Amino acid sequence: MSDRLFGVFGLALGAFYIWAASIIPTSFMTDVVGPRAFPYIVGGVILICSAVFILKPDAEPDWPGMHSFAEILFAGAVMFLYAWALPELGFLISTIFATAYLTWRLGTQPLWALVTGVLTSVGIYVVFKLILGLSLASGLLGL
Amino acid sequence: METLANLADGFAIALTWQNLLLALMGCFLGTLMGALPGLGPANGVAILIPIAFSMGLGPTPSLILLTSVYYGAMYGGRISSILLNIPGDEPAMMTCLDGYPMAQKGMAGEALTLSGIASFVGAFFATCGLVMLAPQLVKIALLFGPAEYFVLFTLAFATLGGISSTNQAKSAFAAALGLGIAMIGADSQTGTQRFTFGEIHLYDGIDFLIAIVGLFALSEVFIFLEHHRGGAVGTSGGMKIGRLIPDFGMVKRCIPTMGRGTIIGFISGVLPGAGASLGSFLAYSLERSAVDSKNETFGKGDPRGVAAPEAGNNAASGGALVPMLALGVPGSGTTAVLLAVLLQLNITPGPLLFQNNPDVVWGLIAALFIGNFMLLALNIPMVGLFTRVLLVPTRILMPVVAMISFVGIYSITNSTFDVMLMVGFGLVGWVLRKLDVPMVPIILGILLGNEMEVNMRRAMTISDGDWSIFVGSPLAIILWIIAITGFVLPMFLGRAMRRRMEANRPADEAKIGD
Repeated sequence: MSDRLFGVFGLALGAFYIWAASIIPTSFMTDVVGPRAFPYIVGGVILICSAVFILKPDAEPDWPGMHSFAEILFAGAVMFLYAWALPELGFLISTIFATAYLTWRLGTQPLWALVTGVLTSVGIYVVFKLILGLSLASGLLGL
Repeated sequence: METLANLADGFAIALTWQNLLLALMGCFLGTLMGALPGLGPANGVAILIPIAFSMGLGPTPSLILLTSVYYGAMYGGRISSILLNIPGDEPAMMTCLDGYPMAQKGMAGEALTLSGIASFVGAFFATCGLVMLAPQLVKIALLFGPAEYFVLFTLAFATLGGISSTNQAKSAFAAALGLGIAMIGADSQTGTQRFTFGEIHLYDGIDFLIAIVGLFALSEVFIFLEHHRGGAVGTSGGMKIGRLIPDFGMVKRCIPTMGRGTIIGFISGVLPGAGASLGSFLAYSLERSAVDSKNETFGKGDPRGVAAPEAGNNAASGGALVPMLALGVPGSGTTAVLLAVLLQLNITPGPLLFQNNPDVVWGLIAALFIGNFMLLALNIPMVGLFTRVLLVPTRILMPVVAMISFVGIYSITNSTFDVMLMVGFGLVGWVLRKLDVPMVPIILGILLGNEMEVNMRRAMTISDGDWSIFVGSPLAIILWIIAITGFVLPMFLGRAMRRRMEANRPADEAKIGD
């Protein structure tokens, strides 16, 4: 069933891709095949493969329960939030919270998770910014 | 003779203090990453690319650092196989079969040393093979025109699923997905925007590093979250290492084994679609049928069962560099990541690399030799230190890995959009891995997509719009035949091969790249 759904999604994706390829504007200095030919082939392969998924689905993968599913969604959301917060709050502060959240969700006591967060954040800051000279977001603290 | 002179130049480049230090650092980090389940060679190199790049290292030093990580990870994979019966990465799977029983008999130290020696032999001779074979392959590759290149890329995708793949449609889908992503951004020939829908961030296309780190490293973090596997991989009780130095008789008995393993591994590394996992699998099963046809000692802690797969998998990782450097077409996940390193440094691998940047190629090869000796020196006395790493719980380790990935991507792009895109790739990667869609063709598609299209269009320009140019030369036809065979054969053989590999598979760990 999952494979069938995936196939339907793939068909939609392939069709969308081919449509998007068809509206690529033609330039005045074009070569023989132009910028659309290769994307058409790619879209075609996507369509064929998706049809195969629908006709010959594999065995059902073991999807996680609702609980684990929510876990992953939340982790993803926290990471998005982290990316958004980086320029606002700066690397040090955002990293403390993002690390603490992930560490906590993987089974650490909340207080220790926070400690891990602080240590990770400061550790990465020292190694990558102070020693190796990478640019990290400075944000609120201005560091 | 010319090769030797080139190699000597390479050593002159590699033997500077900075490069030696980088090689040492790379070997050390690589062994750590290889030892930790869930952080294979592909992941390790992927996370470090942006960091090496933003440190401002030149092409040769960065390559030395990252290939040392690659070789180091191949060495490190065996540690947890032997001590814990959990392979650190997929190619180390076969080492569990005899390594763990040896450890149970109190011979863990000897098994580790022996596998270290076998790894060294495999990697050393494979690097020699690389020195000899790559320049020959370059001579053939110089005959390739755009049409042949296009077919060669097709061949790479067709065989990437490998002989053990069960669902070729999924490999092909993954490849098309990668190629499709590569098309996003300005068209290289006409400058027209494609698939950007007016989004400024997409005008330059999607940086392949974002996709690689997202699909490999972040999706791994999600897998850990899903299973709530937060504990340490190792327990301090069950890891007695014991005597480190095996007696001479044992090593001597394993010498022919290592020889056979190296040859088999090297060949499967060079061939498209085989890779390190298959190399170690073949080395182990052929060794078993050669010296233990009655099935008496293998699987019960026979030292030869440790030496064979380790020689095989390290030889394969050296062999895999041959097509990657000489043709610019990688055959496995990890070499795909190494290709990303080269592209990031604005070096296009392939025959011209040997002519235009001999310093890069030969410096790299010399660094591989040096790295090998360093790894042997690091691995045998310091194995106790590396086993200590297995005590770090993953609930701390995985978040740190995730954060380092973010740091790397942010430091090269300075863009929130790109970091979000990476998280998106991580989530998509998790879903695709659940559905058994391989990650490696996606990465390879993103890496090679533009090059493949350029070659197709160039060929069509030469032939003035006649598609028959793609079957227009004997070379192209041969490549087509290999590609089609490589794609169709697994449909018949794949299930049987996979079943045999699964039957030998000890635990449900590490299934990424190779």
